[in-house]
Amino acid sequence: MIHSYDVVIVGAGGAGLRAAVEIPKEYSCAVISKVFPPRSHTGTAQGGVCAALSNMEEDSWENHVFDTVKGSDYLGDQDSIEVMCKDAIRAIIELEHMGMPFSRNEEGKIAQRYFGGHTKPADQNDPYGKRIPVKRSCYSADRTGHVMLHTLFENTIKNQVTFFSEYFVTDLLMENGVCKGVVAFDIANLEVHIFKAKAVMFATGGYGRVFRITSNAHVGTGDGMALVYNAGLPLEDMEFFQFHPTGLWKLGILVSEAARGEGGILKNKDGERFMARYAPTVMDLAPRDMVSRSIINEIREGRGIRGSDGTDYVLLDVSHLGKEVIDEKLPEITGFARTYLGVEPTKEPIPIQPTAHYAMGGIPTNVNCEVLLNEKGDIVKGLYAAGECACVSVHGANRLGTNSLLDLVVFGRRGGKAISEYLKTAKFLEVDESAAKKTNEFISWLFSSNGNEKISDIRTELQNAMMENCGVFRTEEGLKKMIDKLEELKKRYRNISLQDKSKVFNTELVEAIELENLLKNAEATVYGAYQRQESRGAHSREDFPKRDDNSWMKHTFAFQKFESSPELKYKPVVVTKYQPMERKY
Amino acid sequence: MDIQLKILRFNPEKDKQPYFQDFNLKNVSDDWRLLDVLHEIKWNYDGTLTFRRSCAHGICGSDGMKINGRNRLACSLLLKDINTKKPITIEPLPALPIIKDLVVDMTNFFDKYEVVKPYLINNSPPPPDGERLQSNEDAEKLFESAKCILCACCTTSCPSTWTNENYIGPAALVKAYRFIYDTRDEGADERMDILDTPDGIWRCHTIFNCVEACPKEINITWHISQLKKKISSREY
Repeated sequence: MIHSYDVVIVGAGGAGLRAAVEIPKEYSCAVISKVFPPRSHTGTAQGGVCAALSNMEEDSWENHVFDTVKGSDYLGDQDSIEVMCKDAIRAIIELEHMGMPFSRNEEGKIAQRYFGGHTKPADQNDPYGKRIPVKRSCYSADRTGHVMLHTLFENTIKNQVTFFSEYFVTDLLMENGVCKGVVAFDIANLEVHIFKAKAVMFATGGYGRVFRITSNAHVGTGDGMALVYNAGLPLEDMEFFQFHPTGLWKLGILVSEAARGEGGILKNKDGERFMARYAPTVMDLAPRDMVSRSIINEIREGRGIRGSDGTDYVLLDVSHLGKEVIDEKLPEITGFARTYLGVEPTKEPIPIQPTAHYAMGGIPTNVNCEVLLNEKGDIVKGLYAAGECACVSVHGANRLGTNSLLDLVVFGRRGGKAISEYLKTAKFLEVDESAAKKTNEFISWLFSSNGNEKISDIRTELQNAMMENCGVFRTEEGLKKMIDKLEELKKRYRNISLQDKSKVFNTELVEAIELENLLKNAEATVYGAYQRQESRGAHSREDFPKRDDNSWMKHTFAFQKFESSPELKYKPVVVTKYQPMERKY
Repeated sequence: MDIQLKILRFNPEKDKQPYFQDFNLKNVSDDWRLLDVLHEIKWNYDGTLTFRRSCAHGICGSDGMKINGRNRLACSLLLKDINTKKPITIEPLPALPIIKDLVVDMTNFFDKYEVVKPYLINNSPPPPDGERLQSNEDAEKLFESAKCILCACCTTSCPSTWTNENYIGPAALVKAYRFIYDTRDEGADERMDILDTPDGIWRCHTIFNCVEACPKEINITWHISQLKKKISSREY
């Protein structure tokens, strides 16, 4: 079946829905998602979304830019960061006007609280001197992502957006460097659908499921990134994967930074507030990469606590905040601790360990969400990307907390605007039934392949190896091992077999395709990490412990080469105002 | 510990009727989620077992199902919190057509959600450069209803839903509350017109099944009662 839409948006999380709301009524728009929109992973974001509203204290968007640049360990493109932080104020007010329920301050304005890495100068006359935490994170208890996702979904219903829910996109259709549609199948019955489109946007989220311990939903398999990579287009900065310091022990479920924003404290087995040693000024509110490394360091030096599963954890203590604050401001996350670990956070500390959380890298785009063809900055006509799957790059080597939700609404809207502009002159390109050939062949192969490899075995081994070799700390030796393992797993994937041969809601088949996507994303990640001989943000090489601005102020662009290792090219970082300096907190 | 399960199976390509299949698992830990149990079966024993899931910690609302007779999220329930001495029964959510195994057709559920106009209705222009003001007290009045994850545990647990598929159901009513009680919203009247109909709010007979079922601990019946009071005291 061939459908025609002016624009097709793949993914119905924050970025995809925000883009859909922006498309004017005169254009036809379809949103394709492998889950119902409110199931999207945006909904799990907890702590807030930053904008320098100055509702609680004096702040400025320039402060937000400085923090984001510094937080990115100077890999973020400063022109893009300026665009995002400046637009943040408008974007949050707009969400409020759309109906998003926020917690409020005494004046009835949106309430704001502290968040990791968000600061302002202690002395306004000394903008680059000592910095102190600032209340910049706009929130709705600890369900900010949930209410944002629902608000955006509600607005798409108001605008009568067309959804293809539980459709899985398998192919990106290109002709002479111009995007002309996608191919998807309906999960309910495995029928293949061709979507002819003048413009396509990917808003398909991250790939945290490549790691064993992750805060990411099971659907976080980086499908959009893999499709772009398969089309011969580059992926940018994939070696930068954020480990959130406070995942619930064993499960990896996110315990928001809001817990520390409200005054929660990290402690080692001796009860010591260890962050005081690593980040004397902001302590527990240091950026995530630093806190995660500090936790691993505590554990390595014997100050962690050995759990029954053989892994080590440290403690997050919020008990001193009192039951009232906890129940009002942190109800969801303390509920997780009760449900999953049987821990009562009003009385005892929560066991936590770093958890794979966010891909800073992804599909390279410019500030208008146009996908880049190469490291020179040429664009692919008709193809857009926004949200976690994209790399603008506003997060550089390490994303600050709350900037992900901000990224979704700022760039979702910008992408929607850019598409609307493009549609004024864009035309449909010819697409016929043969476009489904590759997808049909792949599905047939999955059904007929009868090797002795299990999908779950390959996935588990990938997740374990990535955790071991490509996690918070990395070495040449470990990354080399990871490359060998990956090549082995890719070979073994050719010998998988499915037990479920049914055409009805075949989730085993979906998992098989997702696994292939994970393998692709892992490839771009691990080769990029192997090549980058420095430590910057979330990429921490023990054999190259220093940041190397002379050689590595540049973004990695990985191009898939199929039968050999990916080709890596590089693009310089855009620096406007802020020259790199040592990153101390 | 060892556990026994009875899981309702149905594949429309080969089964005329749903049937229970028994599974026995050895050496599982009592801190496993029911979702972990389902994954253990799917990934290591029977790849055909079909269910929805995503976030695995009770936010996305994908894995609502009937476990030991009660609608729950498989990811928010641990083995130690249910009776494992007897076989654990797992069935799809009731009152919706089964697509396959534990996956049900949610079309009817989402259609009802859309009926209540689940979006802010406000025709007055907002302040040009700031938010609409709202006291924190007023904002917090919405938070309980805004917690709803649209998992359908409540609506499919409701006897009124079982006997009348057109009944709008508790989830849609909670959504209506979330907007009718929002001080920024101006659509209360048009929504109350929708609720005050034969298949609307009066089909709620305060049975409290929805409250029992809600994994987010929303006091749904209380919210519906507030709406009933508001509608019955309306002046025309």
